[in-house]
Amino acid sequence: MAWEFLTVYWREMIRFVRFRTQLFASLLQPALWMAFFGVAMSSNLDRFASAIPAPAGVFSVDYLTFMAAGVIAMTTLFTSLFGGISLLFDKNWGLMREMLASPMPRTHIMLGVSLSGMTKSFVQVAIIMALGLLMGVRFFPGFSAARIALSILGIFAFVGVFSLGFLLFSSTISMRLESPEGLQGVITLLTLPLFFVSNALYPIQAFPPILQVLSIYNPLTHLVSGVRYFAIGSDFFAVGARYTSTTVDVLVSFAYLVVFASVMYFLARRTFQRAVVT
Amino acid sequence: MEGDDIIEVQDLKHMFDGFAAVRGISFTVKRGEIFSFLGPNGAGKSTTINILTTLLPLQKGAVRVAGYDVAREPGRVRESIGIVFQDDVLDRDLTVWETMEFHGRLYSIPRDERRRRIDDLLRVVELGPKRDERTKNLSGGMKRRLQIARGLMTRPEVLFLDEPTQGLDPQTRMRMWEYIRQVNEAGTTIFLTTHYMEEADMLSDRISIIDHGRIIVSGTPEELKNALGEDVVYLETEDNRRARKSLGGIGEIRSVTESPRGLSVTISADGSHCLPRIVDAVRGAGIGISSVNLKKPTMDDVFVHYTGRELRDTGA
Repeated sequence: MAWEFLTVYWREMIRFVRFRTQLFASLLQPALWMAFFGVAMSSNLDRFASAIPAPAGVFSVDYLTFMAAGVIAMTTLFTSLFGGISLLFDKNWGLMREMLASPMPRTHIMLGVSLSGMTKSFVQVAIIMALGLLMGVRFFPGFSAARIALSILGIFAFVGVFSLGFLLFSSTISMRLESPEGLQGVITLLTLPLFFVSNALYPIQAFPPILQVLSIYNPLTHLVSGVRYFAIGSDFFAVGARYTSTTVDVLVSFAYLVVFASVMYFLARRTFQRAVVT
Repeated sequence: MEGDDIIEVQDLKHMFDGFAAVRGISFTVKRGEIFSFLGPNGAGKSTTINILTTLLPLQKGAVRVAGYDVAREPGRVRESIGIVFQDDVLDRDLTVWETMEFHGRLYSIPRDERRRRIDDLLRVVELGPKRDERTKNLSGGMKRRLQIARGLMTRPEVLFLDEPTQGLDPQTRMRMWEYIRQVNEAGTTIFLTTHYMEEADMLSDRISIIDHGRIIVSGTPEELKNALGEDVVYLETEDNRRARKSLGGIGEIRSVTESPRGLSVTISADGSHCLPRIVDAVRGAGIGISSVNLKKPTMDDVFVHYTGRELRDTGA
């Protein structure tokens, strides 16, 4: 039977629920972003944005709604990048030896940890969406119930693949590093460019060409595009720019994330198969 | 066909960054016995155990555990062994029951069977009432017992115990020895490493003394101690001088010294076999014996003899 990764998943979820502070922090953090950054920025940006009216017939979106997709993406990014840290602790505290000395295939360790990280992201995303709707985020404008259900599925599919990619990346780093501080350093180094060179908080249309190119290769950009496509629609106007996307665009974004996650899977697998932990 | 030897190690060598931790050791462990690696910290005990349990890759030599080659069939080896690690490697935030459940699921033991074994083993190690306690709240002895129970869950053919009683108080240590003997009597071969002399002496069927990555000597505790040939018999008799003369015919006696309390007789062979003849000889000469005492060399004496130093001086 090849279901042992569910065992690792089970343990990770016990830890998630049991570490109360971690649980609350991870749920509170996105809410705070929405409440402070979101409200502060939207009260400013919506004023400027009114100087550039939406073209006739194009649906206009306020900043909070625009940014909510960015907060979903950012939260998923942070949670996933930190997701591998439990492996680092397992390794340092000697707990990983129990798993490595068992007949369970080693890839199941990273699969279990990654699936639990994905679940955590799902919980966070659900909370952001619920909270956002309460705060006045206008997701799913005029959608039918069926379309809302489909959109939520679409959002979760994007979040799922994206988080898997970064969780596997985080697992690889955790297995190669010795200290949590090292992982922290790597993550800090990565999050800023990933987050700011993307369309999470503002349109990339006005970026200098180099940043535009970079942002197109940034997985975060594709996650945000996917979430906006499903949550807002295929043609809307926000922060002075018009966003149109076709089904093909969305599929390309999704495919890009799948490729990214696959590459990360193979990197992680290689690392795990070679890992020596005593 | 499975032979008598459940562990076969031939010319095992292991290097860490140019440092030779294990320098060509060979030994076998027989099915059903308790086998000990006795040596100071840094002697190569843990490196060996890590290779035998597939946690370290095999560099040089041949190692078979439970009939499987550790390099070619590590998965089979892992299915056949249980390990109790040196430090308390328990997830602090899991309960006792969850710790066992996690382990059983790692080895794909079917649910009903798994639950039954958890109940049985927790009863054996007297942790039943603690099943819903988080492991961080357990005492040192309880933690170690939980780890032993965990190691036994998969019904391993060989149980590896790395320093099983390190850091435990004397009572708890005696209790652990009882558990280890019970486990062994139930049919599990035990491979243990220790730097406690009396632990190796009390528990083992056979011992290998290891130092600086080499096995210096192997044998049963009796053989090792007898090989020193320094057994001493203390006698208190009615007439020590005449008793001394009566011992002249026993060839194994190396020397006899007289003291105000009695005689001390140093014997070059196994004293326990020589003792009856000594008693017979003295009694045969019509001399009454009021006390007999045989002092055999301890494992400490053995260790000092073979390594030229005291074990406690070499601790890292």
